[in-house]
Amino acid sequence: MPLPFYVSPEQMVQDKAEYARKGIAKGKSIIAMEYEDGIILTAENPSTSLNKISEIYDRIAFAGVGKYSEFENLRKVGIRYADMKGYLYSREDVTAKSLGNAYSQAISTIFTQEIKPLEVEILVVEVGDDKSSNAIYHISFDGTITDYKGFVVLGGQSERIKVFLQEHYKENLPLVDALRLCRDALSRTGIETPGHEINLEVAILDRRRKGRKFKRLSREEIRALLGEAQGPK
Amino acid sequence: MFRGGDSELFFRNQYFGSSFFDFLKIEYPHLLPDFSAYLKECQPDSLKSELHGTTILALNYADGSIIAGDRMATEGYQVASRRIEKVFKADEHSAIAIAGAAGPCLEIAKLFQTELEHYEKIEGEELAVEGKANKLAQMIRMNLPAALQGLVVIPIFVGYDTKRREGRIFKYDITGGRYEEDDYYATGSGGKDARAVLKRLFRKGMSLEEAVKVAMEALIEAADEDRGTAGPDLIRGIYPTVKTVTEKGIDDVDEPMIKSICEEIIARRKEK
Repeated sequence: MPLPFYVSPEQMVQDKAEYARKGIAKGKSIIAMEYEDGIILTAENPSTSLNKISEIYDRIAFAGVGKYSEFENLRKVGIRYADMKGYLYSREDVTAKSLGNAYSQAISTIFTQEIKPLEVEILVVEVGDDKSSNAIYHISFDGTITDYKGFVVLGGQSERIKVFLQEHYKENLPLVDALRLCRDALSRTGIETPGHEINLEVAILDRRRKGRKFKRLSREEIRALLGEAQGPK
Repeated sequence: MFRGGDSELFFRNQYFGSSFFDFLKIEYPHLLPDFSAYLKECQPDSLKSELHGTTILALNYADGSIIAGDRMATEGYQVASRRIEKVFKADEHSAIAIAGAAGPCLEIAKLFQTELEHYEKIEGEELAVEGKANKLAQMIRMNLPAALQGLVVIPIFVGYDTKRREGRIFKYDITGGRYEEDDYYATGSGGKDARAVLKRLFRKGMSLEEAVKVAMEALIEAADEDRGTAGPDLIRGIYPTVKTVTEKGIDDVDEPMIKSICEEIIARRKEK
């Protein structure tokens, strides 16, 4: 059996990271933002059926960018993890912190042990009873987990959007203003021609809702909120 | 907590479908309700006398269906609880009421709720009413060995069909047989008495208040004839549970309304 070529660990990690970043850079961006009554998740998504944002549990939502099949799989294991925990213990025991850590562990294991790393970045967000207990966790392709306050951007054009949001974001925005701000930020990616309407996928975790806080906004609701005319599809 | 840590939980699983029940069956069979130890020890029929001391019922009205149940749990000749809940919201458009041995009943209700929510989240849409009813039938079938030895679980399932825009009522037998009823149904130890009342008083297209009146008449009659069913407890202020299943979702009928209807019925019975 021939010996495999020696590759230094630094080199290997670097190569994998570069590969994953390239994959993610192709994807469109997602913004998670705290607003008056909870957290709003906004993604640019031309598809109406292949979602990037989804419900995990009562207070927890998931969003992913990058390779659809990979984050879709992560989404499903997350739901199984959460439902399992809620069934075994109680509904309050399912937290974004433990789920985020489980994701972090799993993704980091894949990054170090598998030849191909996951080409995804994901968000796990949880709405709390008040603003101070909201949680936003960002988990990158190598399993690094970071928590954020206010807002977070992930995906290909995230830097440009982040700069825009840093200038314009205010705390405790009403839903309409938060949605407008996200729309403006997402259309600032420089690819679109002026006047081009981007297709948004929007979901909110609204702490005023009873039981399950997650609500996906339909295209009509988004249009109504943004005060746009019912244009042709 | 989980076998071999969280990352293994994430990616070593064999199951990739959208059913929580099957997920447990394949990955964590020890977490499913399992009464095999009990089955080995217990003589067949030894518990039959304790069975489903309950009356649960469902009927259609103008906006959908209502589903109701009494509040008493019994242990032989003793009262085990006066405030137990036998009617549960299953998801946004369906509810179940369960008669039978309390432990397995509550376990199946919880598993069924998780199952529906799990499917909805994984697939991104709710099961059809028929699909939910079939899923419940599978769970009841799983319970058959225990049911044969006395741990019976008999539910009534009510779902609002958003396509047909009507409430639909399903009854079950212990083998998981599933039968759709047209307008109303009642089961449990007082089921027969309640059904007789429903048969006499049911009309199509009743208002909510009329429907609750019919349901209370049936429950009070059942409580009168059946020692396993409790009527409204006016002294302690405990009233039967009634939920509505409509296009808008599952709602509790306000207690003051149930209370005044019960008082009215009892007052009328006194006069006789």
